[in-house]
Amino acid sequence: MSDRDQIAEQEHHEHIVPPGTYLVIIFTLLFLTGLTVAAAYINLGRFNIVVALAIATLKATLVVLFFMHAKYSPKRTKLVIMAGIFWLIILLFMTLSDYASRVDYRGIRYPMTQHIVVDTSQRS
Amino acid sequence: MHRTGALYGQFNTLEQQKDTASLGMWIFLVTEVMFFGGIMLAYTINRHTYFHAFAMGSNTLSIQLGGFNTVVLLASSFTMAMAVWSAQSGKKKLIPMFLTLTILLGFVFFGVKYIEYAQKFHHHLVPGRNFDITYCVNNPSKCEDMSAEELDIERRELADAMEADPHLNAHAQLYYSAYFGMTGLHALHMVIGAGLLLWLLRNSLSGMYTPEWNTPVDIVGLYWHFVDIVWIYLFPLLYLIDRHK
Repeated sequence: MSDRDQIAEQEHHEHIVPPGTYLVIIFTLLFLTGLTVAAAYINLGRFNIVVALAIATLKATLVVLFFMHAKYSPKRTKLVIMAGIFWLIILLFMTLSDYASRVDYRGIRYPMTQHIVVDTSQRS
Repeated sequence: MHRTGALYGQFNTLEQQKDTASLGMWIFLVTEVMFFGGIMLAYTINRHTYFHAFAMGSNTLSIQLGGFNTVVLLASSFTMAMAVWSAQSGKKKLIPMFLTLTILLGFVFFGVKYIEYAQKFHHHLVPGRNFDITYCVNNPSKCEDMSAEELDIERRELADAMEADPHLNAHAQLYYSAYFGMTGLHALHMVIGAGLLLWLLRNSLSGMYTPEWNTPVDIVGLYWHFVDIVWIYLFPLLYLIDRHK
């Protein structure tokens, strides 16, 4: 047995996701879409956006895992996906914490906690 | 040209070759995640700073049309997944059928998007010289597609928002810039996706894709699902800011 054949044996075989799984996923996605619209009409104060994004993330996770076969992908593909999400979290977390904590030269927090007023009355 | 799935010298198996191709596609999709992530971050900061203007802008969008398009796009992801399944399990006749369905659903999405965009132009809600957030309230006869009740709700919302933000007209343009920018970039991705699907359709009609070799179907599928995920986030971000009134 050659090296190539030995390595070939170690590789797993392609996993075919059956249509039944896709059907379950699409109906779950449609249900979650209805849920997110319904939740938008309930006043949850500042948690409206949290609920909306949590449902969106759940939907995106289902699409990635099943429609995009990430669940059945080799470990190195999963690593790339996780690395991508990690970099996205760095982008969002670092930038937002900077905006939330920055103080300008007058000692005024900028701009997440106050509304900037742009004077447009001078414009013709 | 190796178009029928010959094994390249650097790979041990066809499967390893295919895994490598999809790994490359995933790396591209990660760059796309950062691209859309940066735009959504800029949107979030503006939305937080000018909340009243963004809420006002969001409430002028049609939740029926937006919700319908979400369902259409999710359905197109399902038919795309079924096209991949048909290719993997050797159902050669089903591949073009599911690809055609996916393309048709994509065009339904474009059609609804056209209705939405046309309405925004009609209502003077496109950022620029003629932008006027109060246009429909002040010229009800020009906005014949809005009922008296809808105009009444909008009049009350506008009065509240203008009290909270005296420069509502300037700040609302930020919302519509974000709306057209984000949905426009998403639509551009869909146009590219539809082009790729047409190319797949042509090849699938000649029976090119088999259980042994269907890498292009799989790769384009990954792209199409990614575009769906972008919309999954755009829909709540743009349409559902402040609906509970």
